[in-house]
Amino acid sequence: MVKITFVQEDGTRQEVEAQPGLTVMEAAKTEDVPGIEAECGGACACATCHVYVEPEWREAVGPPSEMEEDMLDFAFDVREESRLSCQIRISEKLDGLVVKVPSKQF
Amino acid sequence: MSDTNPLQAGDDETGALIETDALIIGAGPCGLFAVFELGLLDIKSHVVDILDKVGGQCAELYPEKPIYDIPALPVVTGQELTDRLMEQIKPFGPTFHLGQRIDALSRETDGRFRLTTDRGQVFVAKVVVIAAGGGSFTPKRPPLEGIEAYEGASVFYSVRRMKDFADQDVLIVGGGDSALDWTLNLQPIARSLTLLHRRDDFRGAPHSVDKMRALVASGAMRLLIGQATALHGADGRLERVTVKTKEGEEQVACTRMLPFFGLTMKLGPVADWGLNLEENLIPVDTEKFETSVPGIFAIGDINAYPGKLKLILSGFHEAALMSQAAHRIVYPDKKLLFQYTTSSSSLQKKLGVR
Repeated sequence: MVKITFVQEDGTRQEVEAQPGLTVMEAAKTEDVPGIEAECGGACACATCHVYVEPEWREAVGPPSEMEEDMLDFAFDVREESRLSCQIRISEKLDGLVVKVPSKQF
Repeated sequence: MSDTNPLQAGDDETGALIETDALIIGAGPCGLFAVFELGLLDIKSHVVDILDKVGGQCAELYPEKPIYDIPALPVVTGQELTDRLMEQIKPFGPTFHLGQRIDALSRETDGRFRLTTDRGQVFVAKVVVIAAGGGSFTPKRPPLEGIEAYEGASVFYSVRRMKDFADQDVLIVGGGDSALDWTLNLQPIARSLTLLHRRDDFRGAPHSVDKMRALVASGAMRLLIGQATALHGADGRLERVTVKTKEGEEQVACTRMLPFFGLTMKLGPVADWGLNLEENLIPVDTEKFETSVPGIFAIGDINAYPGKLKLILSGFHEAALMSQAAHRIVYPDKKLLFQYTTSSSSLQKKLGVR
């Protein structure tokens, strides 16, 4: 199992354990992490599972694909470290990953 | 067999009242399959959808995504499933009314339902089938504080009348075709036009991007890379927008704003039709899939009952049972004979295979 920490706007941290092979969005939904809506269910067709990857994890997580970059146009307050969590596949090398949940999904 | 192309039928609304057996709200997989199940029972359907194409979420959200749990189709994309359903329902010649939303529903004295779309088309139907999935697709509202106050006067999510933008300082936000097309269309009539996008890459058609860049190069409009963070104005009239750019913050003077951030699903006017609702879903029984109002049915993702699974296959089953109940309303004096398409001559005739 891989540990992933979701940090809310107010600093609340929630650590979840997830099976490699799932996506970060699925890990969040399984544990009811607030602020991850995933309206489209993981099809990279909305932008409501938007997260900010903490700086030390950006290299391991990698950049968004072109399709994801397009979909990020629909997110609010997009930053360099923005990703859609449904497009981050969990692997052993992401054990300890920390992502921030934005103040708003829309 | 009907020889009309269902995709084209209904494009030109005459405004005349349309009487029908069934009015189906939603052209997603469940709404489409309802045409089939109702059709087998001689119930004619008109279908209304807010999108400008059939297929609902399958066509709008994941046309290319494979679906693996449709019985007997080990893998099918959202678009293929839609295409196959359209093929399957062809014999029943449904009429589609696309790009329209049912806004009002009331009851006639004879017990039928009167429904009116946002474009003024009126239907009178014996039964109503709500197959509206997650609700109607509506433009996403950027989460900018106080934006509601400007909507309809300064902030618009679509262009209904171009003249509303004439001689205005227009700010268009987004990087897709809607943003680019309206940039090109409004630039000649606007007093000034700024296109705001978060990056210097555009999803829209390359030739539109080229045209836009040419306008920028000639000084006819401005392209700004950044994101809107606050709106400023008074009494519903927008005056300027704060934009965060790489360099810092900038104030963009504007009197009109067109944000294009895609679509989201909202329950919409269904909430005002006097139906019982539970957490934005419509409770139904599991024998007829009828709502709290007899004659109005709800199938697919939009309904709720104990054990409900939001699967396309559940919606198909619901469509079949709903049709049996609809038959009792549409043909109160006719006895309904249960038949199989494999063996029934009359069903095969309806399907045009005999």
